[in-house]
Amino acid sequence: MSVTTSAERGTPLDAVILAVGLGLGAFLSLLMAAGTADPLFRIHAYVFLAAFTLGLGVVVVRLTDPARREDGSRYMDGVVRAGVVASMFWGLAGFAVGCLIAAQLAFPNLFYFPDLPWTNFGRMRPLHTSAVIFAFGGNVLIASSFYVVQRTCKARLFGGLLPWFVFWGYQLFIVLAATGYLMGVTQSREYAEPEWYVDIWLTIVWVAYLLAFLGTIWKRQEKHIYVANWFYLGFIVTIALLHVVNNLAIPVSAFASHSYSLFAGVQDALTQWWYGHNAVGFLLTVPFLAMMYYFVPKRAERPVYSYRLSIVHFWSLIFIYIWAGPHHLHYTALPQWAQTLGMTFSIMLWMPSWGGMINGLMTLSGAWDKLRTDPVIRMMVVALAFYGMATFEGPLMSVRAVNALSHYTDWTIGHVHAGALGWVGFISFGALYCLVPWLWNKPGLYSIKLVEWHFWIATTGTLLYICSMWVSGIMEGLMWREYTSEGFLAYSFVETVSAKHVSNVIRLLGGLMFLGGAGVMAFNLWKTIRMPSAAPEAARLVAQPALAAAE
Amino acid sequence: MSEPHDDKDAGGVETTGHEWDGIRELDNPLPRWWLWVWYATIAWALVYWVLMPAWPGISGYTRGLIGQSDRADVAAELSRQKAERGVIGAKLLAATPEQIERDPELQAYALAAGQAAFGDNCATCHGSGGAGAKGYPNLRDDVWLWGGSPEQIERTIRVGVRSSHPDTHTSQMPAFGRDGMLQPAQVSDVTEYVFSLSHRDVDKAKAGRGAQIFADNCAACHGPTGKGGPEYGAPDLTDADWLYGADRDSIQTQVWNGRNGVMPTWENRLDPATIRALAVYVHANSGGGR
Repeated sequence: MSVTTSAERGTPLDAVILAVGLGLGAFLSLLMAAGTADPLFRIHAYVFLAAFTLGLGVVVVRLTDPARREDGSRYMDGVVRAGVVASMFWGLAGFAVGCLIAAQLAFPNLFYFPDLPWTNFGRMRPLHTSAVIFAFGGNVLIASSFYVVQRTCKARLFGGLLPWFVFWGYQLFIVLAATGYLMGVTQSREYAEPEWYVDIWLTIVWVAYLLAFLGTIWKRQEKHIYVANWFYLGFIVTIALLHVVNNLAIPVSAFASHSYSLFAGVQDALTQWWYGHNAVGFLLTVPFLAMMYYFVPKRAERPVYSYRLSIVHFWSLIFIYIWAGPHHLHYTALPQWAQTLGMTFSIMLWMPSWGGMINGLMTLSGAWDKLRTDPVIRMMVVALAFYGMATFEGPLMSVRAVNALSHYTDWTIGHVHAGALGWVGFISFGALYCLVPWLWNKPGLYSIKLVEWHFWIATTGTLLYICSMWVSGIMEGLMWREYTSEGFLAYSFVETVSAKHVSNVIRLLGGLMFLGGAGVMAFNLWKTIRMPSAAPEAARLVAQPALAAAE
Repeated sequence: MSEPHDDKDAGGVETTGHEWDGIRELDNPLPRWWLWVWYATIAWALVYWVLMPAWPGISGYTRGLIGQSDRADVAAELSRQKAERGVIGAKLLAATPEQIERDPELQAYALAAGQAAFGDNCATCHGSGGAGAKGYPNLRDDVWLWGGSPEQIERTIRVGVRSSHPDTHTSQMPAFGRDGMLQPAQVSDVTEYVFSLSHRDVDKAKAGRGAQIFADNCAACHGPTGKGGPEYGAPDLTDADWLYGADRDSIQTQVWNGRNGVMPTWENRLDPATIRALAVYVHANSGGGR
């Protein structure tokens, strides 16, 4: 953290507001702990209490000691550095849990521990999905958005301590969600498992995030808003909407962890998949495209290929994506007309999705030689290739005739990992490899060779993962629909499960390789941070107003 | 930033003139192929909307010109299958097991229907091949707790074992040790005696003490010679087949705790023809029954 002595601008209002908020929060959580008869709820109330008390302590120290305030004339990079470290930490944790559940599927007898209920697949699976999507992905997005919005707006983050509140508040959300899953607190909505009080907490943090981001754009010193910031803003606004609507529920009591959803039956299913699919769209696609729009041209030192394409594919992507959710409910109780709309909008989504890939890849024209010399660029290009593949496969799988085969099979798992490992993982790795030397003021990475190793191990692992899931998914889909000459199903369900064993073992191997690659990366980044610093920090100062006016 | 840039890329395309943190944007047009493929997907969607159920209104939805409906398709297929199976299912129910086994067409149908039903309903406990596991009876051999004739098998499937069915097979082996009906030493002795019934080497003195305990406590169900019988579902203790394990520890655990396995009733979950087919299938794949 760049904590320096500097002249104060007056009363640290942000710290006062934060201290009052944290004090209120601590009081509320004490009430929650005192009033509940639900032991799991009480544990979470104590987690809240500990976090708020700790936060209050830190804020009071800052409040009473002006010397510990950050220098307001510089970019706010401390919170980005914290985000980079948190991303790497949660990434390793999430990938490791993924490997564990892959092992449980490949060797169900070996990795079944009846005496440890928290290790059950049913609890580990949401732990994995939330850890990689929200803990790893979410931290990469918050950190990178805070970095990019400052640089492209030439403005320090808005709100004083607000970004720090967003960062630590988000970590608290992750801890509450994860511990909840392990203890068995869940509202059983896929990718939205945390219960009502954790949802409310995330809403507060997310509104703070929106405020910090919008405020920074508001006080920008550039005339235009850069395309990456449109994408980040689209992500923040839509996730807020999705999160609030999907989690509408009535708690059993203010002092119990359980709640009941406002929706029921097929409306519930549709709301869930409207949320679920747009979590893929607006969390795993849109903001990662924002990262692509900053880190690819920056690293390649080439202009973005087409401004017009960026406008058209941005608006078409966010307009069309929001309709596509019903394709998760083909051939169910969902009315057929809704299935039609989900499918047709998914098909129309194909080209808007590819707009981002084209803009990213074509940005490299004139710099293709860098693929040979810079494995970080290569990582981002492979990310775009996987992005293109997954966003073609998605519309394909949304076609009802194809979905009739692919639905409920491992093909879906392979598809989502083509996007998650190949696209989200690799573009994040590329951005983190860029950010660490920039943020810690180093001449470069500790070892480019280790990046090469990471690249090849993780790419091979990803391909093993996807191919094994294609094979097992299509195989089990075909087995499920095979009839005997008398008109009976040829295979029982358990036979299709045992037929997938080899594929499941290969998938586990692919996952372990991906985890291994991330381990190499964590080592490399750690060694980079420990390297001696490069030039003085002058380069990282915010441009003076006079300079900005010259634009 | 401050230093001037060439506003064109290598291909001579202009940039938009903006710059953010050193990033500029070229003013390339939309790729033609991209635009045309996109138009094609939109045109395809429009056609699909006209032909298929698509847009909701106030009270209903556009049904599409070709009038396809998933619900109608499924209903038609189900009624067709119901009609087909109704005919042969009625034949199955009208025939005795012996008649089914003599009629190749009927037998082939019963075996196919039975196999499909077995895989998705019975295999969970009895295994895909019906070989069972510890605590779950093997259906491939000739050892039967509740009788192995086709009629007896059918009845077991219908009413279950210790199930919620009013006519369920039921019996209860007491937990002799846990409930204090026998002292630990007595449990040990009777275990030794039971062990001797299947002609294995034992401690003669212990087994001798166990014989009287067996006669007083076990013979009522397992019979004076330990041969068991289907009226109480009591296992034969003189053969090599052991539901909960053949070694001394397993037998002693069973005497101590008296585990009583449960099989659900399938009467309201499977139709009578399927249950008949299952009985034929299980009997045909077993070693025959008493």
